[in-house]
Amino acid sequence: MHLTQAFREGPWWVTAVAGELDVVGGPELRQHVMAQVNQGSHRLVLDLSGVDFIDSFGLGVIVGALKRTRLLDGDLRIVVPGPRIRRVFEVCDLDRVFELHRTVQEAVSV
Amino acid sequence: MAHGQGLSEASDPTSSDSDSTYTGEVVLAIPALTEYVSLVRLVVSSAAQIHPYIEPERIEDLRVAVSEATTNAVRSHESSGTTAQIRVICNVAEDHIEVIIQDHGEGFDLDALPVLPDPDSPDRLLHESGMGLRLMRMLADETEIFPSSSGTYVRLVFHGTKRHRAVVSG
Repeated sequence: MHLTQAFREGPWWVTAVAGELDVVGGPELRQHVMAQVNQGSHRLVLDLSGVDFIDSFGLGVIVGALKRTRLLDGDLRIVVPGPRIRRVFEVCDLDRVFELHRTVQEAVSV
Repeated sequence: MAHGQGLSEASDPTSSDSDSTYTGEVVLAIPALTEYVSLVRLVVSSAAQIHPYIEPERIEDLRVAVSEATTNAVRSHESSGTTAQIRVICNVAEDHIEVIIQDHGEGFDLDALPVLPDPDSPDRLLHESGMGLRLMRMLADETEIFPSSSGTYVRLVFHGTKRHRAVVSG
């Protein structure tokens, strides 16, 4: 899994995630989110456009990230352009928990 | 790729005159290390691509379901401390694909697994795990899970469709 340096879009901090979000890649994303939250960034966007695989472990990391931001009155938005990764969110009803967006621009402008 | 560039109509895979030259079995024995989960996904999804009746989107479902079962097996071995290998059998059958994941961990109580709160409830965010079983059951056509104190046996089946991804000549 690969994470880009987060960049700022208004009040949002956007991180692009690429690769496989599973039991190997998930912990790295968890560490990244915790570091961001600890640095005071509570409004996060995770751009999953480059993710080619996600399973329940990766979903769990993202649920935990949303919980951490919400506890600090922040929020987490997800960019999922393709149907493949979106389907995994939908099967777990997480499309009702997260705001899923098709582009970063859409995520930060809503 | 083992297959060609297009779709063509084919016979019913359950009919007696359908060819089955693609059938076979792949057996893996892996150490209980998380790094091997992606290897299992790769091998099983590659085997599934040999099957002419399994559509590409179903192979994606298979990747996720197999990942869930294999991750559970690895973590079960980690928690029980066993050094035994995990066995994965992928059976490319005539009209379906069957994947069996067998571990030697301590097993678990299927009835004791927590029920996830409704997605609209704030309590849903308190649960980062507990989605794997749901994914397996929703994505596979058949899911059988038999936990015991000497290990867990998981069987996932994906049915083929009646359309044949045959080679289009010319």
